[in-house]
Amino acid sequence: MDRIKNHPILGESPEGKLVNFTYDGKTLQGYEGEPIAAALRVNGVMVHRYTAKRHEPRGVFCAIGRCTDCVMVVDGQPNVRTCITPLREGMKIQTQDGVKPLEIEK
Amino acid sequence: MSVEKKELIVVGAGPAGLSAAIEAAKAGVKATVFDENAAPGGQLFKQIHKFFGSKEHKAKVRGFRIGQELLQEARDAGVEVILNATVLGLYPEKEVLVQQGDEVKHYKGDAVLVATGAAENMVNFRGWTLPGVIGAGAAQTMMNLHHIKPGNRILMLGTGNVGLVVSFQLMQAGCEVVALADAAPRIGGYGVHAAKVARTGVPFYLSHTIKEVEGTDCVTGVTIQQVDSHFNFIPGTEKHFDVDTVCVAVGLSPMAQLLKMDGIEMDTSTGGFVPKCDETGATSIPGIYAAGDVAGIEEASSAMIEGRMSGAAIAEYLGYTDASTKDAREKELDESLESLRQGMFAPKNRGKKIEKTDEGIDVSENLLTHGFVADDEITRFPGFRKQVKVHPVIECTQNIPCNPCQDACKKGCISIGDNITSLPISVEGSECINCGMCVASCSGQAIFLVAEDTEPGYGEITIPYEFLPLPQKGDKGYGLSRSGEKICDAEITNVRSSKAFDGTNLVTMKVPMEYIDRARFYKAQ
Amino acid sequence: MLDIEEKLKEIGPYVPEDDDDLLVCRCEEVTKGEIRKALHEGITTIEELRRLLRCGMGLCQGQTCGTLTRRLVAKELGVRPNDVTMATARTPMRPVDMGIGGNDRGKEADAEIGGLR
Repeated sequence: MDRIKNHPILGESPEGKLVNFTYDGKTLQGYEGEPIAAALRVNGVMVHRYTAKRHEPRGVFCAIGRCTDCVMVVDGQPNVRTCITPLREGMKIQTQDGVKPLEIEK
Repeated sequence: MSVEKKELIVVGAGPAGLSAAIEAAKAGVKATVFDENAAPGGQLFKQIHKFFGSKEHKAKVRGFRIGQELLQEARDAGVEVILNATVLGLYPEKEVLVQQGDEVKHYKGDAVLVATGAAENMVNFRGWTLPGVIGAGAAQTMMNLHHIKPGNRILMLGTGNVGLVVSFQLMQAGCEVVALADAAPRIGGYGVHAAKVARTGVPFYLSHTIKEVEGTDCVTGVTIQQVDSHFNFIPGTEKHFDVDTVCVAVGLSPMAQLLKMDGIEMDTSTGGFVPKCDETGATSIPGIYAAGDVAGIEEASSAMIEGRMSGAAIAEYLGYTDASTKDAREKELDESLESLRQGMFAPKNRGKKIEKTDEGIDVSENLLTHGFVADDEITRFPGFRKQVKVHPVIECTQNIPCNPCQDACKKGCISIGDNITSLPISVEGSECINCGMCVASCSGQAIFLVAEDTEPGYGEITIPYEFLPLPQKGDKGYGLSRSGEKICDAEITNVRSSKAFDGTNLVTMKVPMEYIDRARFYKAQ
Repeated sequence: MLDIEEKLKEIGPYVPEDDDDLLVCRCEEVTKGEIRKALHEGITTIEELRRLLRCGMGLCQGQTCGTLTRRLVAKELGVRPNDVTMATARTPMRPVDMGIGGNDRGKEADAEIGGLR
């Protein structure tokens, strides 16, 4: 999804400082301090995890840290709510599979 | 192991919590507000529309500006706001457990106010867990706080005020809203909110709900289907839309778990859903209060007044003011609150079907089922008037507590009277000077300036416009009907923007005279 | 107190429905069918459902499914949603790392016990 550059009520959106992070091994960019989930969405990432029992995809649902559907493995730690966790330079973000990082086929 | 003592601990820096802290702090109470978010304001900063009510309720001011004012007021009053502080537990002894960073701290308050707000309700349909199905609050958070589009093509489920307002905001963010659906047979929110969505051409499907959301890894489409009066699907009524996002706005529930765990009495008639409390939010445990949506779902405007009432009561409880000061303040606030609780959408009228306005006029059925007042219905309302010379036409047809239009017109062209919920009247014989303040002040974007025969065979209509790109003088396009249908050619003859209009642009279009009472929106060629 | 034998007679046996595989609890992946079945086996409260099926016991602690479960229970038992008592609320209100949840004595105390957490 796109960033909103200009908004009729909110005006021009602030441009953040671009930082690099990795998503399942790929290097992507986002604004420092914005929620990890926002940076991922701008990069077209919709699936944040696969569930433990039914192995179904999940992504952002409530966007305010309540529903816990958007959790991912961040810097090795699972169950991190990406919708409220600010993006930092060099973060290692992985799709969560159950409670582990998803194994990516090379 | 230490416990930090606080005089007043407020949980939640939203409209209710901040208002309570401000009110108490002004009386001398040292107030500390904890909020789990990185920024204060609760949901206020996601509200980019102008609020309803009267001047005292900050009507016609946009929600996020009210948030800014509230924060400034909190700073001035010396309220301590602690962010990124998640309250994990609350106990009867007024012990509060707060996670701050990688530590859990114990606090104890002489008084505690819980203002945790509400959580969104959900419905489960096939595909409801797919990435791309989001809550309406999530959409607001993404677009209005984080400046990203929640989706490109979106279907909204729910036509309460949240569903209507968020649909409009999605369009403002540059998203396409393909339709609004609601299992209920009638639109639940304000008619004016529905009308501003409908006139852009978005269809409403009442008595329809989601049959299935399609997609493998994320949403690619949605099928809605008509339901009967028992909410059972009617075969053969499926409608499919290609969308990448489905937004769910099916109501809110109080987030009262903290109150429940501290052992206060809950309202048993709701199965322990909402706390039992008095007008000031006082619960069954002395010194523990509840304000805002957590004590019963209403609007942010009500939450702010409820917060003030709690703040005043807490100041007295802690000995900073006497009972008579508190009672006087409570009475004043109560009157303000009561005026917001009037009209067709008042809490007491929830679920009731209202046939006539307070004035005895049949309500617009079309507004309730299609989102816009039909051409042959609008003429029976007092805001509609025929006149050659420029004059306001006010398409406000439901009794809602709102009156900025009356204050906006210095020429007396608009009259509501003392009863804030009365329908606005376009006053016969008044001298409209075409200033446009009424158009910009109407939170429901329901006022139009109409001038007939400005040149032979043509007239001009001034409409409120809050989208980008803004049409320019000389642009040619189409006049859209109240349902968003292209009905005539239109040419832009004037575009006005001003700080006083606060983001609402006034776009004047020239249309053939036969469409003067029907064209209500503009679409570029 | 609800007479369970009476209630079971009243609501009859469990009859499968087309959408029994729909999730109610997203976190613990508990379906409508599992909850319905449990209700026809004599469960009548949300508390019991949580213990038996773990619905509402996942990361989000029932933030999303609480009202859905309540509506389902009410419908199945033939009562009003307001007659169904919500689950007990407990600390923590939000998901917390166990190490942080246990870290309520500060780092020094933690060191005293050898940083066992």
